[in-house]
This record gives sequence, C-alpha cells and structure tokens, in this order.
Amino acid sequence: MKSAMPDEKHIECEIRPLGDRALTIELGATVSFEMARRVRMLADALQAAGISGVRDCVPAFCSLTVHYDPKAFLEKAPGHSPFELLSARVVEILSRASDVLPHPARMIEIPVCYGREYGEDIRTVCAAHGLSEAEVIALHTAPTYFVGMLGFAPGFPYLAGLDERLVTPRRATPRPRVPRGSVAIGGEHTGIYPFELPGGWHLIGRTPLALFDPSRDPPSLLAAGDQVRFVPIASADCDRLATEGLWR
Amino acid sequence: MALNVVRGGILSSVQDLGRWGFQRFGVPVGGAMDEFSHRLANLLVGNDEADAAVEITLVGPAFTLTDDTLLAVCGGDFEPQVNGERLPRARPVMVKAGATLDFGRCKRGCRAYLAVSGGFQVEPVLGSRSTFLRGGFGGYHGRALKRGDVLETRETDPALYPGLRERLRLSLAASAHPPWAATERVELLSPGPYAIRFVRGRHWECFDDDALARFQASEYRVGAQSDRQGYRLAGPPLLLKEPINMISEGVTFGTIQVPPDGEPIVLMASRQTTGGYPRLGEVVSADLPLLAQLPPGAGIRFQSVSLEQAYALLAQREQDLARMRQAVQLQARR
Repeated sequence: MKSAMPDEKHIECEIRPLGDRALTIELGATVSFEMARRVRMLADALQAAGISGVRDCVPAFCSLTVHYDPKAFLEKAPGHSPFELLSARVVEILSRASDVLPHPARMIEIPVCYGREYGEDIRTVCAAHGLSEAEVIALHTAPTYFVGMLGFAPGFPYLAGLDERLVTPRRATPRPRVPRGSVAIGGEHTGIYPFELPGGWHLIGRTPLALFDPSRDPPSLLAAGDQVRFVPIASADCDRLATEGLWR
Repeated sequence: MALNVVRGGILSSVQDLGRWGFQRFGVPVGGAMDEFSHRLANLLVGNDEADAAVEITLVGPAFTLTDDTLLAVCGGDFEPQVNGERLPRARPVMVKAGATLDFGRCKRGCRAYLAVSGGFQVEPVLGSRSTFLRGGFGGYHGRALKRGDVLETRETDPALYPGLRERLRLSLAASAHPPWAATERVELLSPGPYAIRFVRGRHWECFDDDALARFQASEYRVGAQSDRQGYRLAGPPLLLKEPINMISEGVTFGTIQVPPDGEPIVLMASRQTTGGYPRLGEVVSADLPLLAQLPPGAGIRFQSVSLEQAYALLAQREQDLARMRQAVQLQARR
C-alpha cells in the first residue's frame, strides 16, 4: 500500500505486510538524522494513538514496524483483512502527525574510558587506519552521533555518524564474551554493549553508565532518534563512577 | 502451594505470551514457542490463556507437589507420569499432594506446556512473566528451572469450578473422564515432512528464480543449532540475484531470513527485535505452533499462501480455541 501524506512536505511512505501479525512502514532508503527523527516522531504518534490490538511500534533506521494481534482484529471485524484495517488507521494517524513539529532531539553524553584493558581493540583500529591512539580517541569523540535504532540486545544502540576514517569491518571471529559497557566499532556504526554479550565489534573503550535496567522506566537509557556524544574520562574516574553505583 | 523441582530437564522455563511494548528498546518478545498449546493448557484449568506456564523442552523435568494441584499438560508428548502412572494429557487433571510428576523424554513434538490452575507465582518484569534467558530477567529469577527450585503457585479460585476439583479428586483415573478435554494434535502423529505455510516477504523477488523454485520443491531439515531464538534450516542454499543494500528493520515471529551462506533461518519466540538479512517471507501464525514442535532433524516443506489465506487459517485455529473456551465456561457454571 503506497500513501502520499496530505501535507506540504509530501512524506512518501510505503506500508508492507510483515507476515500476518506485523506491518512495516518504509519511509525511505537513506540513513540520516532527519530520517531518524521522522521515524521517531511517527513512532511516538502511533504509540500515543493507542490503537487497540497494536502491541509494539519498533523504529529502525528508515522504517517503523508495527506489531499487532491479528485475532483482536479478526474478532472485531470478521472477514476483513487486519492488515488493511490497521494500514488505514496508520495512514490516518501519520497524516495528522506530519503537521506536528517534532520535539527537539535529546542529547546524551556518554563518559568513556578509552583504550587499555577497557578497549583492547583500540590498537587494532589504530593499525587498520595508521592512526595513533590519541587520534582515534579524538576522531571518536568529535562527532555528534544519533541512535538509528536499538536492537541486537536490550538497550544496544546502533549509533550512526562515525568518522569515515574509523570505519572498520567486524572481527572475523566474534568474542564469546564482551564486557558490559564496552564501547565498540562495527563497520560504519559505533555502539555500546549493555550487558556481557557475545559480539564481533572492535572494543575501544568502556562506559560506567547503565544502558539498560529492567527496573527503570523507561528501561533503556537511549531511544531511537536521540543524539549522543562521547566524553573521554580517565580510568580513575571510570572506576570512581563505577563504584558510585553507575555500573549497577 | 508449590512445585518443588526435583530435576530441571534440558530447558524448562516459565513463559507467558510474551513481553510486548518494549521492542523499541531492543527487548525481545520471548514467550511461549507454541502459543496454541500454551493457551490451551491454561484454558483447560480455567486460567486466563495469557497466564504463565512452564515450557518444557525435549528432556523434561520432575516435580513434587506440595498440595493437591489441578493442572494440564499440552503440546509435545513426553508421556509424563505421576508416581509411575501415565498422566492423561490435554485435559484437566487433579494431582495429589506429595505426588511426583515426572516428564520423561519427548516422544512426539519437542515442547510441552504445564499449566496449573491459578497460575504460577512469579513477578512480572516489564509487564511479562516470560523468562528472558539471555537477559537474565523475568520468569523464575531470569533462568531455566533447576533442582532445588521452588516454583510457587497461586490459589485456584474455589468458586470458579465448583465440582471440578471434587470430581477429579478421587484418583488419577477419574481424570480420564473430565467434563472437558482437548483433542490430540493430529499433525504431530505423522512422521513428516511437515507442511509449513508462509507469506512471501520483503525480498522475495531479490532471490534467484531457481532458488525460489527450490525453496518450495525441496525438503528442509531443522538444524541441530536451533533454539528458542531461531530455527536454522539445512537444505538447498538460497542465493540472491545480486547483492542488495540492506538497512536493518523490524522482524517478527516466523520471519524467514537468509544470511550470506544461503541457509535460511526462521526467527522464533526469543528472536532479536530487528534484523539485517534479506527476508524470504514469514511463516503464517496458524503454522507457528507446529513449527515450534519440530525437533532438530524434522523435515519441512514450505508452501506459499496469500495474506488472506493466512488470516483465514488463523481464524479457523482461533475457532478451535474459542470452542474450548466456551465448553469450559458452560461446564464450569454447572
């Protein structure tokens, strides 16, 4: 189902079924901060609409996936396609949402202790690009990143905006255990491991911040569409912040 | 009231129908693999069908019961026994205090669901009682059951089924004639290959024509490295016509994704929230319960259906459950 939204910006989107219990709204094919903000705004609008039978709205880089309970729709309107019914509602909500100005993005600063035992692959990244450790840190802390999506694990952000000089293909062999809080580079993204997890990204540092805590509301420090900056800290500060309970 | 765990089995975990509402933060939905059997087991003991049950995998656990317990077991056939006597399946059964309920090895299917009347006493985390094994939260302390655990159960509402408890109290044999029961899952009685229907997905047309023909003409086998997160399938590899530029996006229960090696993976209950591999299609909701019962080595033949057919199949499935729900409600008022 194609839909041109009736606003002056003419946001084009395409709504496709994702099986019989989800649909995906595709907004484009180019990853950008503007796209991430648009996806986030639409996700918020759909969430706020509280459509009965909708169970989840999942923003990604250029799309939004809406999970629904098909039996809720089949019970209400037997013989009608739940996908068609929900698509119509989605188009209606999105056309209204496109008139609303998005909230300014949140900016979240992430303290990072770079190198040493906190980021043992920093030397690999240095060697791959002919850079010194100080240069890698400078290039990694300079940009303002944005969260393209959360995925892989609860609270794991795929951060876009990595300097081209740091783009490094993933490790050939993933590590069975990456320490919690590890800040890493995987291809053109940088990310943070919220738990101890297996992973193939290059570890360049570690943050004492808790990225995910199921007892918090919301449970995740970051959300899609947020902006992120990395701030280097000394290892003593990292240990101090950790003992102050930020490791959690 | 509790079930004392004498043996944990390979993988026995508390699951409900999933942790919805947090996928935008990367939290997997999880929940029962075979939602149909899970819901049926709950219905049979008068619970809300979304209540938590124990999902039992391949080699089952053993419990001793501290109190008389009204329970039901649905799904794969483990030939469970109570003090050495065969426990009737797919119906409400009253098991006496002190008895040992022992699940053996799975004979048919690969997952059974144990529901107790009143439900299990575990605190919801992020709105769900499902165990998220990799994240270590939800269910019973965020992990699979093991020897020594005490899984508390909630009180059955005594007004809910006047007479039922009494009627089944006498002996296990009395449970052979309960006021209601479900029928056995017929599709599991066949040796396979099993027909699994799917709706064509986002990248269907990006695959090589031969590959698409092979996908529907060949038998795929459930790989040994299959788990609650995904089923790896062994069979003819599926290759793309040409490389495509993939941007990660949301996936669902039943998404058939194809990594570069060409061997498809079907995403199951504990799948990640997003994926970056090309998608061939999505298994229809009506066939996910059967797929969830197929153990490693089982053969599958995939059949393409339209989205409309997928909904019709699901509506039929739901009618079976609705009939059971009505039967329980009618009988329960007597």
